[in-house]
Amino acid sequence: MSLKILVPVKRVIDFAVKPIINKAQTGVETKGVKFSMNPFCDIALEESLKIRESNKGLVDEIHAVSIGPTKAQDILRTALAKGADTSTLVDVGDEEVEPLAVAKILKKIVEKQQSNLIILGKQAIDDDSNQTGQMLAGLLGWPQATNASKVEINGDEISVTREIDGGSDTLKAKLPMIITTDLRLNEPRYVKLPNIMKAKKKPLEKLSPKDLDIEISKRLQTLKVQAPPERPAGVKVESVDELIEKLKQVKAI
Amino acid sequence: MFKLPKNLFRPLRPVFRPTRLYSSVPLTAETYKDKVSINDKFKKLNDSDIEFFKGILKDESGLITGDDCLGYNEDWMRKYRGQSQLVLKPRTTEQVSMILKYCNANNLPVVPQGGNTGLVGGSNPIFDEIIISVANLNNIRSFDPVSGIFKCDAGVILETADNYLADNGYIFPLDLGAKGSCHVGGVVATNAGGLRLLRYGSLHGTVLGLEAVLPDGTIYNSMNSLRKDNTGFDLKQLFIGSEGSIGIITGVSILCPIRSSSVNVALLGVSSYEMVQKVFIESKKELGEILSAFEFMDLNSQKLVGQYLKLDHPLEDEYPFYVLIETSGSNKDHDDEKLETFLANQMEAELVNDGIIAQDESQLRNLWSWRESIPEASTMNGGVYKYDVSLPLDDLYSLVEASSERLRGEGLVDFEDGSKPVVEAIGYGHLGDGNLHLNVCVREYSKSVESVLEPFIYQWIQEHKGSISAEHGLGFQKKNYVGYTKNDIEIKLMKEIKHHYDPHGIMNPYKYITA
Ligand SMILES: Cc1cc2nc3c(=O)[nH]c(=O)nc-3n(C[C@H](O)[C@H](O)[C@H](O)COP(=O)(O)OP(=O)(O)OC[C@H]3O[C@@H](n4cnc5c(N)ncnc54)[C@H](O)[C@@H]3O)c2cc1C
Repeated sequence: MSLKILVPVKRVIDFAVKPIINKAQTGVETKGVKFSMNPFCDIALEESLKIRESNKGLVDEIHAVSIGPTKAQDILRTALAKGADTSTLVDVGDEEVEPLAVAKILKKIVEKQQSNLIILGKQAIDDDSNQTGQMLAGLLGWPQATNASKVEINGDEISVTREIDGGSDTLKAKLPMIITTDLRLNEPRYVKLPNIMKAKKKPLEKLSPKDLDIEISKRLQTLKVQAPPERPAGVKVESVDELIEKLKQVKAI
Repeated sequence: MFKLPKNLFRPLRPVFRPTRLYSSVPLTAETYKDKVSINDKFKKLNDSDIEFFKGILKDESGLITGDDCLGYNEDWMRKYRGQSQLVLKPRTTEQVSMILKYCNANNLPVVPQGGNTGLVGGSNPIFDEIIISVANLNNIRSFDPVSGIFKCDAGVILETADNYLADNGYIFPLDLGAKGSCHVGGVVATNAGGLRLLRYGSLHGTVLGLEAVLPDGTIYNSMNSLRKDNTGFDLKQLFIGSEGSIGIITGVSILCPIRSSSVNVALLGVSSYEMVQKVFIESKKELGEILSAFEFMDLNSQKLVGQYLKLDHPLEDEYPFYVLIETSGSNKDHDDEKLETFLANQMEAELVNDGIIAQDESQLRNLWSWRESIPEASTMNGGVYKYDVSLPLDDLYSLVEASSERLRGEGLVDFEDGSKPVVEAIGYGHLGDGNLHLNVCVREYSKSVESVLEPFIYQWIQEHKGSISAEHGLGFQKKNYVGYTKNDIEIKLMKEIKHHYDPHGIMNPYKYITA
């Protein structure tokens, strides 16, 4: 048995950047804002690299794919520099692509690459959908293990542990399968200098949705984007007595 | 938007003072009784003085007495402790003026205090001087988004100022590890250098105007100065780096540059100090206008940070030296390309052995934390003797080697063995500015270690034509060593200025300059 792993990676506003809603209230401001790889995708990539490193000869190929604007190439170069072997950019321009369309595109890529293990982030931090992995599993008819906090390979069987309220839950499945990653699965590595140079020479194929016979259509309409109401500022008290007084006033005690 | 937990990917910690778990810091007046004795001409504080101050301050919280003064009496390194029984925290410049006028008329000595992060014992009293903290003077006054001129009270915390500027697309031209605690007024009073000096220059250039109160209560104000103003003496310069010796800064006007939209950070492993210098020259050539920081660190400093953060170093193998390079520019593609080409060339020429580049903001902050946590890591075993020096680049690191050798010769050092007083002498700093931080990390402060280090280190610096204080100032620590860097005439002129503005010597007495 050998693994052909597919890792989808999304270009999103860097998680450390505070997003600002645009003037037209149609979305968040993207001009002059730093973009990076979605942290959960980064974790998915890291896991695939770890599987390769700890199971000699098991992994045939790690293929990274990004669906997004031309700029998403940067994210793919990062993935290649971290250790992915090959990559595909599905250039959709500035169009926002909903999870179902993403899953349909990914299905085509899975077929093209003949992948048998897909590791992807449980969600992207921009739209927080948490749907793509599940939809892809549905379209492919493959078993899925979501929110992985531990992944173990035993022969052709993979067991995935997920954190649940009050404990953990372990799922087992045979290949092919889909795993979505949770936060505590691993800690992504840094990119090493020589690998940045090497990444420039690794394959990056560019496709359009048309090349894959996919029509992107929107099923959702954004009416308005608004910031949550601001929380009233706190008050400082000078003494314990005053604190108790204030708590009584708001009937907290 | 999904909110990731704050502690994901190990972000920076706030600047913690070294732990307070063990016994209190010995009194400076005890530790250094051979170096300093109380000046009897100063008046002893009494109840009627306190009543007077209460009348000025009005609200009770601005006046702290007795044991509650401890946090203000001790310094950040837990090396110095004063015996002040009174901390005053005025809310207006006028209150500062009334307080100083009274102290001046009554011969009551005072110590101006900002964020109390100074590293030379300048911000704490030695005996019972009154501490005047400007922490409650903390309003941002104005910001002009066209010129970039930012005006604020002296007690605004540096990070607060920088965050405010960030929201407006600008940056404070100075940054340092203590930014979460130190004040804008404090950094001006010490003329701090820090991590952005390479790019934006010293505060002597960026500060446009100041508001300050002189000992006699006079309020000096040049807050409305323009960038170009050649009308006689540039008086504000006297306060920049004066360390509270002639007046209290209450307001700062400073010119701020646009914040770069594209920032990259790389951490490199380098095999020798000679190579570090070569990489520096190359980085100036190839990165030119986008180079914004060039920091170097030795292996021992990184080992300590690893212990302190409880993390593995981001570079797998060990190297004698590490270099952190930051670029800041306005075009990411252009900057990436430049940095990557530069780094490829360095690897090819074998100047650099290994390296990594941050791919996102959290990695970028993490890489910085391996530089910015050194001050905290260096004190974690008990304490640190800090020497912040300027030297010609060639000799910069030799001082660390010379100090380490000297300590070794006396059998005082061991990285692991807890029975030796010294952990190690480590070196790091703003190589781009010719500035070395020599930190002698100790398990406890002791006279025997100090006497091996001083005046040896100061003599060494003088012989190699350096400065005994690149950026931290003189304060109490270096009060007897000014002569190693300044000549007699310079010292005489400084004393004359001090005497002119502070004839009774009430401002920060017992420190590097006396009236
Ligand atoms: C973790 C750490 C990292 C640091 N990194 C750097 C660095 O990279 N570069 C660098 O240059 N320094 C560095 N420093 C030291 C630096 O000197 C201080 O952090 C800072 O400049 C002091 O600001 P403060 O507000 O805490 O002043 P304080 O410590 O309160 O005071 C410092 C001196 O200024 C005087 N003073 C303070 N406020 C006023 C005022 N309003 N008017 C008149 N006098 C005043 C005090 O009397 C004292 O003499 C670092 C310190 C720490 C703890």
